[in-house]
Amino acid sequence: MTATEKRVFDDILASLEKRGSVFVVGCGDCATVLQTGGEFEVKEMSEALTGAGKTVTGWVVPEVSCKILDVKKLLRQNKEAVAAADAILVLACGAGVQAVSEAAESKPVVAGLDTIGQVDQFRLGQFYEWCSSCGECIVADYGGVCPITRCPKGQVHGPCGGANEGKCEVNPEEQCVWTLIYERAEKLGEEPVAIGAPYHEPRDHRKSSAPRQKVFEPRRGG
Amino acid sequence: MALREAIAAGKFVLTTEVAPPKGIHLDHMIEAEAESCRGRVDGFNVTDLQSAAMRASSFAGCLKLKQAGLDPVLQMVCRDRNRLSLQSELISAAAFGIDEVLCLTGDYTTLGDHPDAKPVFDLDSVQLIHTCTRLNEGFDLADNELEGPAPTILPGCVVNPGANPLEPQIMKLRKKVAAGAKFVQTQAVYDPELFANFMSQVGDIGVPIMAGIVMLKSAGMARYMNKNVAGVTVPDAMIQRMKSAESKVATSIEITVELVKGLQPLCQGLHFMPLGWNQHVVTVLDECGL
Repeated sequence: MTATEKRVFDDILASLEKRGSVFVVGCGDCATVLQTGGEFEVKEMSEALTGAGKTVTGWVVPEVSCKILDVKKLLRQNKEAVAAADAILVLACGAGVQAVSEAAESKPVVAGLDTIGQVDQFRLGQFYEWCSSCGECIVADYGGVCPITRCPKGQVHGPCGGANEGKCEVNPEEQCVWTLIYERAEKLGEEPVAIGAPYHEPRDHRKSSAPRQKVFEPRRGG
Repeated sequence: MALREAIAAGKFVLTTEVAPPKGIHLDHMIEAEAESCRGRVDGFNVTDLQSAAMRASSFAGCLKLKQAGLDPVLQMVCRDRNRLSLQSELISAAAFGIDEVLCLTGDYTTLGDHPDAKPVFDLDSVQLIHTCTRLNEGFDLADNELEGPAPTILPGCVVNPGANPLEPQIMKLRKKVAAGAKFVQTQAVYDPELFANFMSQVGDIGVPIMAGIVMLKSAGMARYMNKNVAGVTVPDAMIQRMKSAESKVATSIEITVELVKGLQPLCQGLHFMPLGWNQHVVTVLDECGL
């Protein structure tokens, strides 16, 4: 899931400075779950824009805003409202913003959200980054816990000197990832490979260099 | 005697620390800090942007020490540079005869004075030690052969004897030694009993362990460390002594002398982190007969 935060409204207005009319696009997927770009927030934003003197020509919430073909179809269905707008404001992640930009072609697009990363739901309303897409999964050796992502310093050989009473130096409310790895060892009844292994090679950053892509020939017929 | 020779000779090794300034007056660091310990220690650690604050580099400080005829220990953290830059600095320093290196992960950027800087951490401390070992074998991390003679870097590492839990710290220490660390400097210690327990859990790891000494400057400093520095506990009795001291310097020296005498039989050396009090380190060494 891609996590987003609302941009400061005045910053959005600054981005829309010369645009009197706006069409708003939300996202029915991540941004809906994270309550930043669902129908509720799109309506809220439309009201706020109207209150700030803008004309909102219409709005849509695509099922998934980063699917360009679907977004294209939806914009076509709302052709007149889109044409009447000076700009499109997108309440979706950066990928959604760019998909709309691509789909809308000649229309200026403004981001209504800041994208902060990939997160997973821990429990309702609590989303944490557990995977940072490094391209070489090592969690099996660490008792099922990722030290690359869940330690700010990516410590693969053990805790840094700042770990205090099992907590992280950088985020003192969080457990040090090595506390979690040792806890897992206890639950598993066996020592994760990483505790005993003397050396872990440095990461290959080619596997996670931007822009990442995955292009393949999908299997037909399921 | 340089650290390398002192270790080889099986001497009780002594090092102290100086910090490059946030500015260009590196000579002041030599005159006001390092000079007072000339001939009394086996090496001067030069910190590398400690506490993640922007300062002159460790390499520059080491060069100044070298020019002044003192023995520097280059500190290197992994926070600010990737593997290309770290290796480049290791061989560059070695080309100037600066080849005793303390390898650290480094405090996190957000704890320093440029909290919005990009944290690098391309390598960690164990991988940095391994890098030194690999360069000594005549190869870089990508297995390319170095031109000319290989360096003879003496990598060292740190450990926090007061960490709780201790076991993961010791696990990592063993990895550091396996990667090639030839000396160990510890975080500040104030309790010989706790340190003795740490040493017995570590056992004989084949390289000298130097107990870390931070002289107390005031009761406030002690309380600050207790609150903010992981694994450092200044006992209440020491804090009280500092609080009621007529002369902070005299009491601090008295406390440090007692501490050193308690730690000396337990370890193979001492590493002072005097935070500007190098002249008082000399007094401590005098009184301890070191």
